[in-house]
Amino acid sequence: MNLAAHLPAHLPALQVVLPLLAAPLAVLLRSGNAAFVLVTAVAWAAFAVSLGLWQQTGAGAVISYAIGSWPAPWGIELRVDRLSAFVLVLVSGMAAIVLPYCRQSIEREIPKEQHYLFYAMFALCLTGLLGITITGDAFNVFVFLEVSSLSTYVLIALGRDRRALMAAYQYLIMGTIGATFIVIGVGLLYLSTGTLNLADIGARLPQVSGSRPVLAALAFLTVGICLKLALFPLHQWLPSAYTYAPSAVSAFLAATATKVSVYVLLRFYFSVFGESLLFDRLPLPEIMLLLSLAAMFIASALAIFQDDLKRIFAYSSVAQIGYITLGLSFGSESGLTATVVHLFNHGLTKGALFMLAGILVIVAGGTSLSRLSGIGKAMPLASFGIVLGGLSLIGVPGTVGFVSKWYLVLAALEQGQWWLVMAIVASSLLAVVYVWRFVEIAWFREPRADLPKDRRIPLSLQIPAGLLVAATVYFGLDTSFTVGSAAAAAEQLLGMNQ
Amino acid sequence: MAELFFHPGLVLVLGALLLPFLKGNARNAAILGVPLLALFCLWRLPEGTLWSAQWLDYELAPLAVDKLSRLFATIFLLMALGGGLFALGQKSRLEIPAAFVYAGSAVGVTLAGDLVTVFVCWELMAVGSTLVLWAGGNAGAFAASRRYVAIHLLGGVILFAGVAGHLLDTGDAAFTRMAPDSVAHWLILIGFLINAGAPPLSAWLPDAYPEASWSGSVFLSAFTTKTAVYVLLRGFPGTEFLIWIGIFMIFYGIVYALLENDMRRILAYSIVNQVGFMIAGIGIGTEMALNGAAAHAFAHIVYKALLLMSAGAVLAATGRRKCSELGGLFHSMPITTICGTIGALAISSFPFTSGFISKSMVTQAAIDGHLLWVWLALAAASAGVFLHAGIKFPWFVFFQKDSGLRPADPPASMRWAMIAFSFICIALGVWPEPLYALLPYRVDYVPYTGAHVLTQLQLLLFSGLAFFVMLPWLKRTLTITLDVDWVYRVALTGLCRAVGRLLRGLAAGIDGALREVGGALDADLERARQPGGLLLRNWPTGSMALWTLVMLLAYLLFYYLH
Repeated sequence: MNLAAHLPAHLPALQVVLPLLAAPLAVLLRSGNAAFVLVTAVAWAAFAVSLGLWQQTGAGAVISYAIGSWPAPWGIELRVDRLSAFVLVLVSGMAAIVLPYCRQSIEREIPKEQHYLFYAMFALCLTGLLGITITGDAFNVFVFLEVSSLSTYVLIALGRDRRALMAAYQYLIMGTIGATFIVIGVGLLYLSTGTLNLADIGARLPQVSGSRPVLAALAFLTVGICLKLALFPLHQWLPSAYTYAPSAVSAFLAATATKVSVYVLLRFYFSVFGESLLFDRLPLPEIMLLLSLAAMFIASALAIFQDDLKRIFAYSSVAQIGYITLGLSFGSESGLTATVVHLFNHGLTKGALFMLAGILVIVAGGTSLSRLSGIGKAMPLASFGIVLGGLSLIGVPGTVGFVSKWYLVLAALEQGQWWLVMAIVASSLLAVVYVWRFVEIAWFREPRADLPKDRRIPLSLQIPAGLLVAATVYFGLDTSFTVGSAAAAAEQLLGMNQ
Repeated sequence: MAELFFHPGLVLVLGALLLPFLKGNARNAAILGVPLLALFCLWRLPEGTLWSAQWLDYELAPLAVDKLSRLFATIFLLMALGGGLFALGQKSRLEIPAAFVYAGSAVGVTLAGDLVTVFVCWELMAVGSTLVLWAGGNAGAFAASRRYVAIHLLGGVILFAGVAGHLLDTGDAAFTRMAPDSVAHWLILIGFLINAGAPPLSAWLPDAYPEASWSGSVFLSAFTTKTAVYVLLRGFPGTEFLIWIGIFMIFYGIVYALLENDMRRILAYSIVNQVGFMIAGIGIGTEMALNGAAAHAFAHIVYKALLLMSAGAVLAATGRRKCSELGGLFHSMPITTICGTIGALAISSFPFTSGFISKSMVTQAAIDGHLLWVWLALAAASAGVFLHAGIKFPWFVFFQKDSGLRPADPPASMRWAMIAFSFICIALGVWPEPLYALLPYRVDYVPYTGAHVLTQLQLLLFSGLAFFVMLPWLKRTLTITLDVDWVYRVALTGLCRAVGRLLRGLAAGIDGALREVGGALDADLERARQPGGLLLRNWPTGSMALWTLVMLLAYLLFYYLH
């Protein structure tokens, strides 16, 4: 009775604590099935919590939750505004959809005795990602980042290809460098302001703004976070990591990990450093613009030449991240709206695509393009889903990809940058080429002779993937949730410093 | 208003999705029934905005009807019906569904009250038409479809940028009259013109259409360019430079058609030529001229489809497409010959055919507007049309020397499609009032006056005379005519190869130099695409870390310098 009445006030804590507790419990259970049930239930609970938080912040309220009742600048604060609520919905929602898919998927890719560990790691990864998003404390960001990163390295290393080990190792080195940079940046900020609370740092920075340690902090944070979000040219860890990780892990990471890093970047840029420093006094927009364009074109072009479907998608992710940071580089409300909405939309699309790639693996035995010839005839539904997802990558109207690109184009037009509009749409033509490669291989080649006769796909794989594909179309048509949330988040983000 | 209106274009698209599940007679019935049902839906629609939707703060009108849109939607649906009948025997199971998607989206454009819907249907049309091309089934069709889709995606991209700019400038999505006064409107205009087959990219049309199957080119001839005419009619009437674009297209079509040997390429060039008349009419922009452009589009779709049907029947029967390999077919294909000739007369605007009552409105508008040069050009072009399409096509295919081929007339479905379209060509010519009543503006033009008929007949007679006098020069040999598409088919690929060679050479040079210095840099672009090559290799961890350092230094440098 009493519990139910108090529940809404404690949602921020529950958001992190639930998956955090699930991880050790899953290890203690020592059974793959029990761990699966537990972690899935927790993910759905986290999803419900995030929806509750989204509801609570709907009117523009900012929820501040003091852990252990220690008030904000001294104690650790959990802070939920519209942006973090939106990202929480994405992360926990993707976890809730990917987890049911995991069971059948890892059955085929991971030895049975490691299943409970997989779920424990998944829960930790989810904890980390949710924690990064919800915390209001700079050092906490680093801690949760490490929680999510360490568990991610393990998850990637579980891939059945031996190259997964190498990919995980590389990601480990790079991720550690990134995390080190971030902690150095946070340390420099702490030196300059004497506080670790993000909002508090933001309030105190104007007094020391422009001093060298602050600029150095900005540089360290920018590079560290850009490494985690795989902004060109710091993307090199990503293709291998996504390619060799287990399918379910690729789907979850591609949909959430880089997106949360984008969130961290937005948080530091707009809530801590403030746009007056970044956009008026430093050449940051120009650098971001340049790197984004490079990502859009070079990564898309690289995607065309890949010989593995998951690798194509991985490079396409790098390119799509370019669109996300391009919106950011405008520093305008519409640009930020585009960034936030694409963060969500691309998460949906890539999640769907990697899940479908995982389904193809079951029949084709791998995702290298040579194995996939004629797969469109053997597995019409899954291949069609990939084409739909591909259309969203291209940005065809009626898919979420179009909505994001539309706002990006509007943001560019707002600044009168016609050449950027042409660059945005021209780069989507590159996406046409790599999506087309799949179509050509899947439908215009004869199916391989060694495809198994039994091509039944478990429903627990089909339904989550189908749901996400449907979502890419649904949110392409009804944009009230996505664009509404993104626009409100952008408004709140920019209004914070005024 | 609770009444439910069915969108005729949607009916067609949904019908297309149904077709793959049907077989035999049920399929045949659906192919004929779906366009009829769509026509019925179309004519039950009252005028005005019938559907409205809210999308991203813009008011959309996916279904809006007025006289102009009803006219174009009607002819598109008639075309889907006639084309479907003609293609009943087509073995490819992809072609008719694709053609229906294509036709349905073209109808969608004509019934769209806002630019966003126009754009969406525009892209769907590109997809549908590409699929129709593919259904041609051979390697040539496949390669052509790639070039085709590339051009249309380019057009789509330009149109998209224009529409986005327009929405931002005005905040209003409604598709109304525009003027080329801003970057956005120019982009929209260029996007439209690319689909119309306007220079400098006209070449996509004769490059692609003749590669389709014998029935596919009938569908292709009707929709893309005429949809472009429709949107230009609605969006940019009276834009003067369109007159010159139109006249350029008219002569471009004539010259290339005269040089051409492939019978369907001749007809494809003559599409560019005929669309030129319409675009010139749109450029003149008076009520008479706009009526003329609309009427001409209507008439043109029918006779061009008829011509391509007769060419398709010949191709299906003989498997040959070059004029130099055909001839004398009238012996064994009388119905095809007659129908093809009626189409040829109609395209030449012979009195008592549909071409006469429509094209003369455009020329009349040029006279009324005192546009002497335009009128002279149009009149000269009329003679040219007779030369290349009116006589050349039937003469070389059905008459001239006997090639010894004796194929029979095509099966009943194809015959009836041709006969029906021939009937429409003549009926419109004899009895133009129903068509005139459908036109967007009131018509007070009388086509059959002594002066009109006499002028036209003189023009035709003299150009006919000219044809037979110059016959030895017009006999086609096996040649290839170069067009703009050479630039991207040959020159561009050549350029890319040359640049590639240059880069490889450079890379090899640098590589050699580096090797000499002792560096073991693997920069051979040849191997770049092999596993482990530049494009596919995994980066060593060290180089990733190096990049991180470089980025950090760059940021620090930039920040400190500021």
